[in-house]
Formats: sequence, C-alpha cells, structure tokens
Amino acid sequence: MPFGNTHNQTKMKYSSEQEYPDLSKHNNHMAKVLTPAMYERLRSKQTPSGFTLDDVIQTGVDNPGHPFIMTVGCVAGDEETYEVFKDLLDPVIEDRHGGYKPTDKHKTDLNSGNLKGGDDLDPNYVLSSRVRTGRSIRGFSLPPHCSRGERRAVEKLSIEALASLSGDLKGKYYALKNMTDAEQQQLIDDHFLFDKPVSPLLLASGMARDWPDARGIWHNDNKTFLVWVNEEDHLRVISMQKGGNMKEVFTRFCTGLTKIESLFKERSHEFMWNEHLGYVLTCPSNLGTGLRAGVHVKLPNLSKNTKFEEVLKKLRLQKRGTGGVDTAAVGGVFDISNADRLGFSEVELVQMVVDGVKLLVDMEKRLEKGQSIDDLMPAQK
Amino acid sequence: MMIQGHHNMRILDTHQVSISTLPVRVYVSTIHKSSTKPCFCVFICSPFATENPASRKMASSFTRLISKRNTAVLLAGLGAGTAGFLLSENSSLAAEAKKKLYPPSSDYPDLRKHNNCMASALTPAIYAKLRDKVTPNNWTLDQCIQTGVDNPGHPFIKTVGCVAGDEESYEVFAELFDPVIKDRHNGYDPRVMKHPTDLDASKITHGMFDENYVLSSRVRTGRSIRGLSLPPACSRAERREVERVVVTALAGLKGDLAGHYYSLGDMTEKEQQQLIDDHFLFDKPVSPLLTCAFMARDWPDARGIWHNNDKTFLIWVNEEDHTRVISMEKGGNMKRVFERFCNGLKQVEHLIQERGWEFMWNERLGYVLTCPSNLGTGLRAGVHVRLPKLSKDTRFSKILDNLRLQKRGTGGVDTAATGDTFDISNLDRLGKSEVELVQLLVDGVNYLIECEKRLEKGQDIKIPSPIVQFRK
Repeated sequence: MPFGNTHNQTKMKYSSEQEYPDLSKHNNHMAKVLTPAMYERLRSKQTPSGFTLDDVIQTGVDNPGHPFIMTVGCVAGDEETYEVFKDLLDPVIEDRHGGYKPTDKHKTDLNSGNLKGGDDLDPNYVLSSRVRTGRSIRGFSLPPHCSRGERRAVEKLSIEALASLSGDLKGKYYALKNMTDAEQQQLIDDHFLFDKPVSPLLLASGMARDWPDARGIWHNDNKTFLVWVNEEDHLRVISMQKGGNMKEVFTRFCTGLTKIESLFKERSHEFMWNEHLGYVLTCPSNLGTGLRAGVHVKLPNLSKNTKFEEVLKKLRLQKRGTGGVDTAAVGGVFDISNADRLGFSEVELVQMVVDGVKLLVDMEKRLEKGQSIDDLMPAQK
Repeated sequence: MMIQGHHNMRILDTHQVSISTLPVRVYVSTIHKSSTKPCFCVFICSPFATENPASRKMASSFTRLISKRNTAVLLAGLGAGTAGFLLSENSSLAAEAKKKLYPPSSDYPDLRKHNNCMASALTPAIYAKLRDKVTPNNWTLDQCIQTGVDNPGHPFIKTVGCVAGDEESYEVFAELFDPVIKDRHNGYDPRVMKHPTDLDASKITHGMFDENYVLSSRVRTGRSIRGLSLPPACSRAERREVERVVVTALAGLKGDLAGHYYSLGDMTEKEQQQLIDDHFLFDKPVSPLLTCAFMARDWPDARGIWHNNDKTFLIWVNEEDHTRVISMEKGGNMKRVFERFCNGLKQVEHLIQERGWEFMWNERLGYVLTCPSNLGTGLRAGVHVRLPKLSKDTRFSKILDNLRLQKRGTGGVDTAATGDTFDISNLDRLGKSEVELVQLLVDGVNYLIECEKRLEKGQDIKIPSPIVQFRK
C-alpha cells in the first residue's frame, strides 16, 4: 500500500519464526529461495516508498503454484525493490533466467537494422506476427504498490507523450472508465481490450486495486501499434500485424519505443533501466528486454510429432495457445515465441524467433510430404 | 504536549516515553497538519485490567520499540514540520515526501459509479482529514476503503464498502465509520446511543416451532480477540496467535460441547469429505468483496473449523472474522439452539479470560467485528422454513419488512430459494440485544407459519404493523 508501510514495524514484535510463511506445499521460485534465515534478515527492511518483504512475496504465498509450471512468486513495488531485497531476488532471477548472475550485464539493442531477414516468413503458415514489451516510468511506484494519485500521474504523463506521436504512429487514447459502448465493442473486436485481471497471481499482488481508475488503451489509427496503460506494468507496448513480416513489426516496435522514450525525456522523465537488469518491470520474469516476440503459426503435423518439444527447447522457443498464456492451441495453430527475456538483447531474441520459426515451418512442410525431419534437427542455442 | 485519561506516562521528549508498570494502550494521532503551526503528538492512555497479558505485551513491546529508538511508529502521523526526525534506519522519508507531492485530492477515489455505504459517506473533506492517519497497528484509511473502491456495488443492493483492520479503526476513522454505521443500521448513532448485550436465553418464549414447516434452526455470530488485528490487517503471526488462543480455549469445553479442531491446511481427505457432507466446511473466499479487503491472504494458514461431537456447535477460525460461532439443529427448537449458543459463548469467553484474553466489545458498538454490518450482536438467527402458499402471496415481502425479517435462499446470502423453502432470519444486528433479536425472529416466524396455515384453510391474512426501531 502507498505512502510507507509502518505496519511492517508492528509485525516486528513477533519473532521471525512466528511470521515465516508456510511454504511446504509451494512450488514457485520465491518458495525455493526464501529460507527462514533469509526471511529473518530481510523482514525489517523496506524500500524508501515503503514496500516490504511481505509485500514482495504475498502473491507467492497465496499461490502455491503447480507441480508442472514454475511461477515466480514475487513482484517489485518500485525500482528499489530489486536492490533492497536483492538477497531474495538475485537467486530468483538466476533461477528464472537461465543462470543470470548478479554480476552479469544485460545488453539493450533496439536497432531493428541489426535484424537479419525476418521479412519473409511464409504467410501460408504464419498468420500473424507480434512483439511486446513493458516499460516503467522512473520515480513512480509499480502497480502492486502505487497510490491512486501516482497511477493517475503515470496515466497523465503517458497520454501527453503518446499524443505527440505522428505519422503512422498517430493515434488515440481510450480510458477504460470513460469509453463508450461502441468504442468498447470495437476494441474487443480488434482484440485490443484488456480487462480487469482475474488471475489470482495478479490479484494477490494488489495490481487490480481501484480498477478501472487510470487504466486505458492507446492505439495508432492503423491499429498496428498499441500501448496498455497501468495494467500489469506502467506501460505495455505492442506492435502487431497479420502475416509473417516480423521485420516490419519489429522495426515499428523499435521506432515507436524510441520515440516514446524521447517524448518522456522531453518531459523530464525516463524509463527504469540499469545495466545489470535492463528494463525494470513489475515481475522479475520480464526483466531485461521484457520482450516477447511471437507468431501465430499453423503446425498441425509438427505439433503431433514426438520431437516437437525437443525442437522448441533447442531453439529457445516456447509454445502457447492462441489465447495467450495458459490457453490451449486451437486447430493446430500455435503461438510460438522466445522463452528468454534477460541476458539477450532485443535484436538477438527476435532473431531467434525469426530463425526458429523459419525452421519450424520447413519441418512442417517436410512432414506434410511425409518426409523425415531428422537432418533438420538444430543444435542447442 | 497534551495527555488525556490516566497519567501513567511522562513525556520526556518527542522520542522517549517512560511507562509505569500499569499496562497502558497508547494512541498516536495528529491534531494539526498545517505547515504554519507546529505538530503535536497526543497520547491517549487507558488502563487495562492488570492481568491482561495482551496489553502487557503491547506496553512492553512499545517500550522495546522506543528503546530501540525506532521512531517510525511514533511519528507515523506527523506532518510537514517534523521531517527531520524521520531519519531512522527504517525511515519513511521518501514516503513523507510523497505525501506532499500527492495531496489527498490527488488520491481521492473516483466513486461516481459507486453504490455502497462508504461511497455515500466519504466526502473529499473527510478523506483529506483521515488519509494520513494510522491506527496504533498502523492501519490506514485507504486500507479500510479498498474493498469499497474496488467493488462499486449493485443498484439494488447497498453493500457496506469498508472494513476495520483493528478495534481502533472504528475510533481513528470514526468520521467515516459513524455515518456508515448510521446508514447501515437504521439510524443508530454510535456517538450518542448505547448497544445492549443480553445472552440470557431463558428469556425466550414460544421458541419451539411447528416442525411441519420449520426444517432447521440456526444462530450465528462472530467474536474478535482483543489486542490482535482483524483479518484484513493481521500478520501471519497474529493470525496464528488467534488460532492458538481460540483452539486452546475450545479444548477446555466439556459435556455436550466437547469437540475437535480441524486445521484447514492439515485435515485429511476423509475429514474434509465429512465436513463437506455435514455442510460445515468453509473454503477460501471467492467474493471480491472479501478478497479485495485482504482477508484471503496466506490461505489456508491458521484457518480451521472446530465442532462439538454432537455437531450442533461449530466455530470457524480466521475466516471473515477471528471467530464465527454457530449453533444449529435440525427441527424447530430455536430455544434450545439459542441456549446452547449463549452457553457455549459464555464458556468460551470464560476460557479465554482465564488466560488473560477477552473479546472486543464496547458500549457504543457492542461486539466489534471486521465488517460494520456485523457490529452490535453480529447475530443472525434463522430457520429453513417451508412457506409454499405465503411465498407466492404478493404481501409476503411487506410482511417480512414489517417483521424486520429477511429472506434468503437455502444456500445462504446471495442464493435463490429452492422450491418453497426459505432461509428466514433477522435483519438487524445493532441497537437491539441478542435476546430481543431472537425473540423477534421467533415471533416473526411463528406469525409466518400462522399465515401459511390460514392460507391453507382459505382464510385471509393480515400484514402486521411495523416493529419499532430503537428504544427511546
């Protein structure tokens, strides 16, 4: 909750053992890392804006997780969370991001010119291409912790900056609480509208407070560049279009992001970023690039092949249903995207998707003809 | 510095306080927020029964806090002039600076589409006055109202929209809670009225219903353990302490009240199934009214169900309140249900008092519970009753209104009736005693059964005159 958390001091009258959560049935990154000794060391701390250890871990305590899917189980309430609670968050980050060490440096590369190819994914198979990331505005608390006043300030700043975009990026903002029925229906039809979170992972962290106050959607007139304000992060930025021209999608993504960043800087604000964690976002899983580049691709034959999972793993790709995270594939159409976020640059991750999807489509074509794919098996990236 | 109440404290300076051996409760509150005047700390002390370890614990831990020169608690409520004092290890310096950057007007919630008691009562002026206050457990106004902000309500059903985090919430945030209480409890004014408590079940008359109509009888209430924060606010340790205190006490019950505790987290599959079959098991709240009030945190830690071997007396631990106490039986013997209810409550109270604890209670509000709607008696006495003819009569609702009764479906609140069987219970909670409310329910249900019988015989029925609200 905003404005400091002196409530934390009240808990100090109980011993650490009395306060330590019961994590015996839990399977998430936080539960793996948070020993009683660590809890004791960290529980008296808070960030300058008053985010405490219990605030960080509440979502992980309330959501024990799934035997098969390892969730993160902790969130940041502000930029300083990653510093004040580094004893907990560094090992969580290392575990989640493939061994990323506290001393590692993350490279940011938003120069779409560095991407090789990517403009010719076969549209007979690749139905749509999309790149998304998040950005946080330095100096403001993050969605789990922010007050209404802060959230409204983030919205105001974002609207001002986005209103200055021009050319093919010119667009309009729709505040969730003010939109007309017609606007709402249009946004639903365009698959742009986001709704109040229902996932207990998000609700338990306090991100849905005061809904729909200061939440909204901005998109350009062409409907190819979209920004969500105050959903899971301050900003979620999405570039998308039908077909397989990932290069064009990524170019618009980089141009748009760079332009938005400079517009914020003109107003004396910057994005949360540092050379160790890259772009700082609410969930540790989105640190670094916060980037998920993906396609909706038809792989009816390959997806039934026993080697499918292995191929994806080697390519550092992840599959989801076409409804997004935690949905099932429909009609052999999969959402294929990069699995990594941190430790690789934006260009590197999109390159992996472009190269990987090209290979998957080649494999699909072979299997269609009844041919083997053994010689196409990739090495581990 | 001003001190009200009993003078067991001597203020040495703005940081240090010496406390005598007599246990005290200390409140910190602001009285001036203007930057042109100095800010004051007001300590309001009231002595506790000397044998109360809860307040002894609080007093001694307060001394510990002070002796560690941890000034965050003391200075939580102070304003602009004292920023310099806030540089302790766990300083909220940035938090203080933020308060200046974000005046209350920037934080005032958008309540234009809301229909709940909190939204009706919370003016921008009240919000501005209360936003930066904290209770002694450091609970804030924003935390009290979060559930009402997140749940705009329904045009037909006016929810309460705010909860207490501790006993002191009702006092520190009285400017909000008093009008909410007045709105919800038919004009009951906590500033001038007193709530009567009466748990003498022998006073109930005609408490045996015709079992051709009444299928089951039930009385429920809640009790909070003084000195421990309520479900929206409590830490894991506090919640576990509530469980420990209550379960220890319940283990002392004997005779027809002897029973067993089932911790939600530890119960076996078999125990769980039995509790489901008995309709005793409660589950993690799904209602956003409750989840937005932070009541489901750390589920199922320190939650559980106790019931006697006869399965007629049941206690829920750490669900919506510290305890919910339920007495129930098949059939129409409401008098016996209420007798067991009162007897059981008194015994539990005695058992916790033996160990130095007590229930939250005061003259203005009666028994203090999490939701303002349950203040006073917290009592809902009800029956499952068959009223096939009466329920189809157009006068049914009016009759219920005048009898101060409420109908629900047999699944409880927010369910529809199945067939012709209704859950009929008292509407009121505060301003009338337990005996009065149960008698009202008894008289009311007997009247409904009379109406049903008359309609069966083709006779006409009358709408009764409305019952008077409060004693003058």
